[in-house]
Amino acid sequence: MTAALFVMIGLGLFLGLVLGFAALKFKVEGDPLVDQIDAILPQTQCGQCGYPGCKPYATAIAAGDADINQCPPGGEAGVKMLADLLGVEPKPLNAEHGVPKPKSVAVIDENICIGCTLCIQACPVDAILGAAKQMHTVITAECTGCELCVAPCPVDCITMEPLKEDIPHWKWRYPVIPIQVQVAA
Amino acid sequence: MSFNLSDIFKFPGGVHPPEHKVESTTQPIRTLPLPKKLVLPLRQHIGHIPKILVQVGDHVLKGQLLAEAHGHVSAAVHASTSGKVTAIDEQVIPHPSGLPDLCITLEADGKDEWLKHAPLDYLNMERSELIRRIAESGIVGLGGATFPTHVKLRPDAKHPVSTLILNGAECEPYITCDDLLMRERADEIVHGAMIMQMLLGSTECLIGLEDNKPEAVVAMNAAVAKANFNAKVVVVPTLYPSGDSRRLIALLTGKESPAKGRTTEIGVQCFNVATAQSLYRFIAHGETIVSRIVTLTGNVAQPGNYDALLGTSVRDLLQAAGGIRDNTDDYVMGGPMMGFSLPSVDVPMTKAMNCVIASTPDLFPPPPMEMPCIRCVACADACPVNLQPQELYWYSKSSNLEKAQEYQLFDCIECGCCSYVCPSHIPLVQYYRYAKSETIAQERAKRSADLARIRNDERLARIEREKLERAKKHAERTAKSENSGDNNEKKAAIEAAMARAKEQKETITPQNVENVSANVAAEIAAVDAARVQAAEKPE
Repeated sequence: MTAALFVMIGLGLFLGLVLGFAALKFKVEGDPLVDQIDAILPQTQCGQCGYPGCKPYATAIAAGDADINQCPPGGEAGVKMLADLLGVEPKPLNAEHGVPKPKSVAVIDENICIGCTLCIQACPVDAILGAAKQMHTVITAECTGCELCVAPCPVDCITMEPLKEDIPHWKWRYPVIPIQVQVAA
Repeated sequence: MSFNLSDIFKFPGGVHPPEHKVESTTQPIRTLPLPKKLVLPLRQHIGHIPKILVQVGDHVLKGQLLAEAHGHVSAAVHASTSGKVTAIDEQVIPHPSGLPDLCITLEADGKDEWLKHAPLDYLNMERSELIRRIAESGIVGLGGATFPTHVKLRPDAKHPVSTLILNGAECEPYITCDDLLMRERADEIVHGAMIMQMLLGSTECLIGLEDNKPEAVVAMNAAVAKANFNAKVVVVPTLYPSGDSRRLIALLTGKESPAKGRTTEIGVQCFNVATAQSLYRFIAHGETIVSRIVTLTGNVAQPGNYDALLGTSVRDLLQAAGGIRDNTDDYVMGGPMMGFSLPSVDVPMTKAMNCVIASTPDLFPPPPMEMPCIRCVACADACPVNLQPQELYWYSKSSNLEKAQEYQLFDCIECGCCSYVCPSHIPLVQYYRYAKSETIAQERAKRSADLARIRNDERLARIEREKLERAKKHAERTAKSENSGDNNEKKAAIEAAMARAKEQKETITPQNVENVSANVAAEIAAVDAARVQAAEKPE
């Protein structure tokens, strides 16, 4: 009887030590759910969701403060992925936060730009190059199309141009079956 | 013919569609008259777009470099005749998308004058130098894949190549350009293979042909014997897609190529016969690639093979083939199995264009209506890559891309055997192509999202760092002004000066006021009173 008691206590102590050690050794930094949500978000950093960036929005979703349908750049596909991850029903995008648009990039009209650096300060991904009283230009490959630079420009020289489809980015379309219309006799 | 059928291995599946090769093999290769205008797309190969070296208005000679290879995998573009560069702009190119791409337009001066060129002394050349020169030649895989050839010839210490394979199988119906090339220019092909053998350091050379090209087999055997080259011409049964490089490797060596790797990992490198011939022309004559052989067949008056300059418009090509006959409604580039409809008859011929079929509704009737999949798995039996096309179809159709990838979607070679045998006439390959390009697009979007995330994180970190630095500087300055000894001394000095001034003011006494008249005394009293009054109530 006592032997069994000691065995059980010993076992409990041993397993407790193992678990305690594992908790220290394999500690997860940060909230893994936030990172998983953040991985789904398109990283446009546009703030259309009402949060100052994708990470804050992901944090808000994880905390249950924000809904999953506030990200227009992510589109319906993004909502569906978030719903899958969080185990909730997908829902249509909330139109209050905007509607999905084709991916575009900012283009600065270099003849008008006065070099005020306001757009550089607004760009969330440092995709605008320039300095005070020097012409600015957008690094197209790094522009997320968030439109945050458009409003601050005092001379309205920034336009959003939808990305043109070119041969390296061209996609095969989903095969569609032509429907034959039969005229009634 | 020295071959033994027992030497031939097998690959799974395959189909044998009607060949239609006879029409275009009755005549020898004919040369096309010089066209007035040539349009050279910069993207005629797989890889990076080359860098343009000329400007509009420049006069160029035949074979002159117009754009040089730029990046690890890229190929050069040369002028295919002498003339003037009249435009560098976007034009529709032979691509299934029908989208325009950057092209250089040449106006021929009619002289067809070659740039001065000389044979390469390849035997006494450093190998790396020779590879660099081949990179300048613009030679790409001419079987249709258009992978830059110099990349495949680079020495790879990790994977030495023991077997060189020349691909003369040409399994796709209608196409006969390699057949005619082997019949007429077998010597050049064999010499090209010898140069490749030397560059790769391989010990064995196999030349694979399908048994529907007996004339080519005879010519190749004769050329191999004449050159005293240690190569073996192997005849394989006619079965589509034996011309796919990995299928041919399996047929000739019995080795299966790794799905996610290169064929060099099993010690094999495979080239098209036309590529070998182009390499010979470059090494032995210094001629960069300016032309290729193209099969013009289908609904044309004189089907056959034509040696045409790159950049010739398809319209000019068809004109040379006697023109199109009535009822032509479409132009297919490549064969009926893997080819695609040209977006326009004015697109230029490129290095990839091995065949143009003028098609009629009788020749290629519109596909019958797609019926539901009945799970007969005829597609799985026909698949030469051992895939499960019916599963891939389900997942591609429902856009379940992850699942499609689990079924090795990217191993599909898009040969079209599954669509060919499908009793429900499902355009299976179209679904796979859609799923593939959608997957690629999603991966690309993910990569750019990752980049944006990193850049945003770095930016926020930078802003935070700058804020801290500013706060630190400010704190330092305040601390300095409060604690420094200099400051106390200054304060003391100021106080001392103020005390002195006060003392002076008190000790001051008015002078010359003793012996004055009563009037003056009264004035002084009035002024003093006014001063006191002013001091008492200041404004």
